[in-house]
Amino acid sequence: MKGVVAAALPLSAFKILSPAQVKASVGDSNVRWVFLVDIQKCVGCGFCVKACKIENEVPYDVGVTRTWVERYVVTKDHKTHIDTPMGGRDGYTSSKIHGEEIDPDTITKAFFVPKLCNHCKKPACVQVCPVGATYQTKDGVVLVDRSWCIGCGYCIMACPFGARFFHPIYKVAEKCTFCYHRITKGMKTACVEACPFGARQIGDLKDENDPVAKTIMTKRVGILKDEYGTQPQVYYIGLDERVR
Amino acid sequence: MKNHVFRPLFVVIAGVALLLLVRHFIVPSDFGVEEGGSFTFNYHRLSSNDDWKNFKVKYRGKEYCQECHEEKVEEILTSPHSVIQCENCHGPAIDHPEDPEVLSIETSRLLCRRCHAFLPYPQSNRADMPAINPEEHNPNENCVECHNPHNPDLENM
Repeated sequence: MKGVVAAALPLSAFKILSPAQVKASVGDSNVRWVFLVDIQKCVGCGFCVKACKIENEVPYDVGVTRTWVERYVVTKDHKTHIDTPMGGRDGYTSSKIHGEEIDPDTITKAFFVPKLCNHCKKPACVQVCPVGATYQTKDGVVLVDRSWCIGCGYCIMACPFGARFFHPIYKVAEKCTFCYHRITKGMKTACVEACPFGARQIGDLKDENDPVAKTIMTKRVGILKDEYGTQPQVYYIGLDERVR
Repeated sequence: MKNHVFRPLFVVIAGVALLLLVRHFIVPSDFGVEEGGSFTFNYHRLSSNDDWKNFKVKYRGKEYCQECHEEKVEEILTSPHSVIQCENCHGPAIDHPEDPEVLSIETSRLLCRRCHAFLPYPQSNRADMPAINPEEHNPNENCVECHNPHNPDLENM
């Protein structure tokens, strides 16, 4: 009798789940927001940074920004000159980098790299939050709960991409939201909308008819800092190994 | 067991009870309740999603402008500037025409220079932009005095 009870008990602890229930229990949903940047198309106008700052009420004249554009100029002596004045907010209008004029004849290649939060699949910033103020939504966007954040700054240090900063007004951690208020209404993010050249695109990786998902799955794309294992979801076309 | 064992134990129990009581009142009721969420990445206040969804949209897009300014939008759509959003130069519409009633148009040289200042970068698309040297090409003059931003065709200047 005792043996029967002992054998039956563990069995009753198991539950048979349908595939849909399993999918739900691992935090799956039908949408996975991803971003695609075409480095070749970017001309460094900085309209994306300007639009982002205004759309998301990021203090305009303070040196913090949710998205930014970096300039890389590689010269024949294998040096890489990198700058991002005010995050590229006012566009790149001068060939001087950190006040230094670079001889055009020595340039082997030059390009602009738009950057933003990678909305990683395994976000290090979320893992380190001691109060549960930053989290990943079911559609893959990493957000900060402004009313719950205590401003300890662990997440700012944990992000390998430097995508987070301290909001000077709200005194909480601040980051790109993929314009969650826009994408959930069927609009595009402010930076995608503002880009005249189609260098930035947002899409849904789980929608197989989505042009962005198609590109990511069928073309050669790269991600930043793969070695950190956070599985970034901002993909780049034409990525150079000098980009960090 | 003697009293000196139980007394600190009661203190510990009272401490834990107090902590749980405080936690009960401070933590919002919708905290960590998301269905199927993982503890590592989804433990949060559920209504924070809605806080972000309700954030004010400021850039309304070309379609919104077209509702009233049909002619202007069509004019620019036939020009090389068709790729540029109205709000990049005119500023975000927000709730225009109610609030703001008038948009402040950016007509400065700095705006045009974002794309049209010459940079010696042969490998990037920047090289394909029609470009000038801002220090030599009519410095101190606003570009819009000669060039029509809605139709920047050099032949129809």
